[in-house]
Amino acid sequence: MIPAPFDYVRVSTVDEAVAALAEHGEDAKVLAGGHSLLPIMKLRLAVPSVLIDISGVQELSYVRVEGDEVAIGATTRHHELEKSEVAQAEVPLLPHVASRVGDPQVRHKGTLGGTVAHCDPASDLPTALLALGATVVVQGPSGRRSIPITEFFLGFFETAMEEGELVVELRVPRTGAGGWGYEKFTRRENDWPIVAAAAVHLPDGSTGVALANMGGVVLRASAVEAALAEGKSIEEAAELAAEGTSPSSDMHADAEYRSHLARLLTKRALKVAAGETGASTAESTAA
Amino acid sequence: MSILGTRVVRTEDPLFLTRGAVYTDDLTDERLAGALHATFVRSNVAHGTVTSVDASAAREAPGVVAVYTAEDLGDLKPVPPPLPFLDAGFSRPWLVPVGGRVHFVGDLVAVVLTEERYQGEDAAEQVVVDIDPLPAVVTTRAAATDETVLFPEVGTNKVAAFGEPAPEDFFADCEVVVSRAITNQRVAAAPLETRAASAAWGEDGRVTIWCTNQGAQQAKGQIAGWLDLDPALVHLITPDVGGGFGAKIGADQEYAFVAWLAQQAGRPVRWSESRSENMTGMLQGRAQDQVVTIGGSRDGKVTAYSLEVTQDCGAYPRIGTVLPTLTMLMAAAVYDIPKVHAQATCYATNGTSIGAYRGAGRPEATAAVERAMDLFAAEIGMDPAEVRRINFIPAFTEPVQTSSGATYDSGDYEAALDRVLEAAGYAELRAEQARRRERGDVRQLGIGVSAYVEITGADSGHGTSENAELEVHPDGTATVLTGTSPHGQGHATTWAMLASEQLGIPVEKITVLHGDTDKVPDGGGTMGSRSLQQGGAAVHQAAVELVEVARKRAAELLEANPDDLEVDLANAGLSVKGTPGTGVTWAQLAADEQLIVQTTFTANAPTFPFGAHVAVVETDVESGKAVVTRLVTVDDAGTIINPLLAEGQRHGGIAQGVGQALLEEILYDEDGNPQTSTFADYPFVSATELPSFELVEMATPTPMNPLGAKGIGEAGTIGSTPAVQSAVVDSVAHLGVRHVDMPATSMRVWRAIREAQNSGAQKGSTN
Repeated sequence: MIPAPFDYVRVSTVDEAVAALAEHGEDAKVLAGGHSLLPIMKLRLAVPSVLIDISGVQELSYVRVEGDEVAIGATTRHHELEKSEVAQAEVPLLPHVASRVGDPQVRHKGTLGGTVAHCDPASDLPTALLALGATVVVQGPSGRRSIPITEFFLGFFETAMEEGELVVELRVPRTGAGGWGYEKFTRRENDWPIVAAAAVHLPDGSTGVALANMGGVVLRASAVEAALAEGKSIEEAAELAAEGTSPSSDMHADAEYRSHLARLLTKRALKVAAGETGASTAESTAA
Repeated sequence: MSILGTRVVRTEDPLFLTRGAVYTDDLTDERLAGALHATFVRSNVAHGTVTSVDASAAREAPGVVAVYTAEDLGDLKPVPPPLPFLDAGFSRPWLVPVGGRVHFVGDLVAVVLTEERYQGEDAAEQVVVDIDPLPAVVTTRAAATDETVLFPEVGTNKVAAFGEPAPEDFFADCEVVVSRAITNQRVAAAPLETRAASAAWGEDGRVTIWCTNQGAQQAKGQIAGWLDLDPALVHLITPDVGGGFGAKIGADQEYAFVAWLAQQAGRPVRWSESRSENMTGMLQGRAQDQVVTIGGSRDGKVTAYSLEVTQDCGAYPRIGTVLPTLTMLMAAAVYDIPKVHAQATCYATNGTSIGAYRGAGRPEATAAVERAMDLFAAEIGMDPAEVRRINFIPAFTEPVQTSSGATYDSGDYEAALDRVLEAAGYAELRAEQARRRERGDVRQLGIGVSAYVEITGADSGHGTSENAELEVHPDGTATVLTGTSPHGQGHATTWAMLASEQLGIPVEKITVLHGDTDKVPDGGGTMGSRSLQQGGAAVHQAAVELVEVARKRAAELLEANPDDLEVDLANAGLSVKGTPGTGVTWAQLAADEQLIVQTTFTANAPTFPFGAHVAVVETDVESGKAVVTRLVTVDDAGTIINPLLAEGQRHGGIAQGVGQALLEEILYDEDGNPQTSTFADYPFVSATELPSFELVEMATPTPMNPLGAKGIGEAGTIGSTPAVQSAVVDSVAHLGVRHVDMPATSMRVWRAIREAQNSGAQKGSTN
């Protein structure tokens, strides 16, 4: 449980980070909160030769309104997002989902940019960002570019970032008081989700729906979104949640059960978003 | 007023909370200065033949002082299995040689000694091990076929068998018979402190070994035996221990290896394993497949019960091999069943070896019979609490012999059930359950009832004993030496209370020492919930004897009749009865001549704590997820010395039992690769999954020791596991479900509902 040898570079600006990435090439990994990267390094599943620590890059820690979007800096910690008044007022799905990530220690270290760049198919915040139709802003040797999040997550731990680029910002629409729901299904409260579903009413009148852990990446529930757009009921639309997904079978759940959960959680998230609560919501009531 | 029975706050805790514990890996003892670090190279194949081990690159790696493979072991002999009746062919090599077989993922192939610990992990990666895989035997079902035999020199995977098959007509006179195969799954002990050992050889030719364990004396004896050392040359010290749960009983081979390596290298050696290493290398628990068959009449009387156990021993059979005998002994549990049959067959597999784990054989008995009772109740349509009541052994104060061969000391099982049902509000719970079923709620209520009796201090009556040494010093303080080995239980507090009760010396002035074989050469350690009833009783006996010694000494000093003297709290010594403050102090009594007593307490027989649990779960019938909302328990362990600590034992036990019922299971893939070797994959229970426990008091003293105390360390686990499992099944029973195996994961519950409904739709019958 000790990582293989590596060099460590600490940067304080985005420009320094980009320069360091250019210098060290593909052997380098960007370190922010470290709660995903360091465990796999300790297990020697990842063996980067250089870590470029951007956790001290102050210019990337912010949550602010810019026009009809909320812009969130990449090193914004989950805890900061959870407590951000701007986020709570403008895009309340995100601070709620941030509050459901891991445990307090993880939330005080983990960063939004880190969880997006890491591209784990079971991640909470990427699922919410996908439902919101976020834009990922990356920066590299040739400057900044924006990537729609629907084109960002390419495969299992694989993103659309080019070599030498890092995530610098996430931009999401201001959903304001529009409805939203997030249903996370875990064995234990602090675990990764077996499946999770995010649903949110977007300013353009559509509903964004996304799923965690239903394939190699977080997935947009396109069939559900289309059915809703056609005016189908929540129940009818949610039945399509597993369409186009490729859930794995592992020791936590098999594909059939995951597909069932995707339909159930999607239905529940949509109902919460629609303001229909009741006996079937996820929160437990004590006997 | 007596200090016994009061909530004395743990005297251990100020140090633990300020300085922190000093575990084996934290030691800064000067004898360990300049220690090398051992890193083991372990097999990543469950079953196969080693074809080559190339350590040449590792030997050149930074910081490497030595690399040992099987060729470098000199005259070290493989370690024979720890039970005399086991075939010597099951012996475990120190390192698997080229041409030899690895038997589980985690088997030892090489060991690296480095100046720094991190260099060891780098260098271990440089040891190239080639293994030709053989088919892995992952289940006892596969093991029983002997299609792949793990130890060719033994010739079979069958390790042991206990008991005979039941007669064919065993259930012939039963009106109703229900039978089911159930699983008591393999679980990890998972103490927060993983295994660790250090060793240093002195110029006097003795070796000092520090290691985390549950009994220094037993660990020392094993290590000396394995290394063929004169036991007098081995000094074993147990530092603070961060949990054991049975898996740290005795020594592990790695501990002895560290001592051998230190001798070879001529320098001290330290070793501390990673969590992943622990999750494959440390003894695991349970791992029984069971078939229960229960028969009786439709009025609820059970007349015959059969339990067939198949025990997975893991790769190298160890103590887990004989745990089914405890399961068999306790098969009848709290019930007066005229005919009880139990048998067990044990097999080697390519999993981690099985050992004792909190309850060790008894939880398996309780889980089996409680499942059987529920199945029987469901079959005859009777309330499960009522079926239990009909079949209980009546209250008794004189020893009672059971159909499965145990002799219980004292018990009142119906009273325990009554108390727990009343505290839980059982009738109202059933009413609420009925309302929810009527409404067709998504969240259905499940109520699980368990009754249990277990055996603690099971070594009693087999010539084992426990000792205590008590000394009062000239400064008025006292020291207790004990052969028990606390690792979280709080003996330093309780043993001091027992001495204080007799001497009147406050607990703050009494130091309790354990776990140093030079200071305490004999001792049975802490396991099987034996400590208070044997070690505590020995401390009590020592204190009584010491007062007698002091009384005689004081009588001479005071020129008084010894019978006229009594312990004088105000004066911290002894005074003439009725005239406190007039006698001699402990300090005076100890000034001229050492005031010390050594004594041995031998318990004639084990004790049998009992209780009853009610678990309430809410199950989301759409997802299958069950959440425990209430746990109400009666855990009668006889006389309680310190309720605070007893409650702590119940809390931990109950929680661990819930973990087995709902979450925990060690899993292997078909090639024997562990799937649950990190805490990300192995879900032990946490506070977020548990309600506050509702503990109901009940104390039925035992006549087997002067304290009246029975064991409490494992009882909570034994009661809670079947109660929670039963509650989950009960929550979906109205949907046709009769059984869900442990762990009752949401997927299993969801699937059980679906299968019950499909089969119900097809034939309108039961699951």
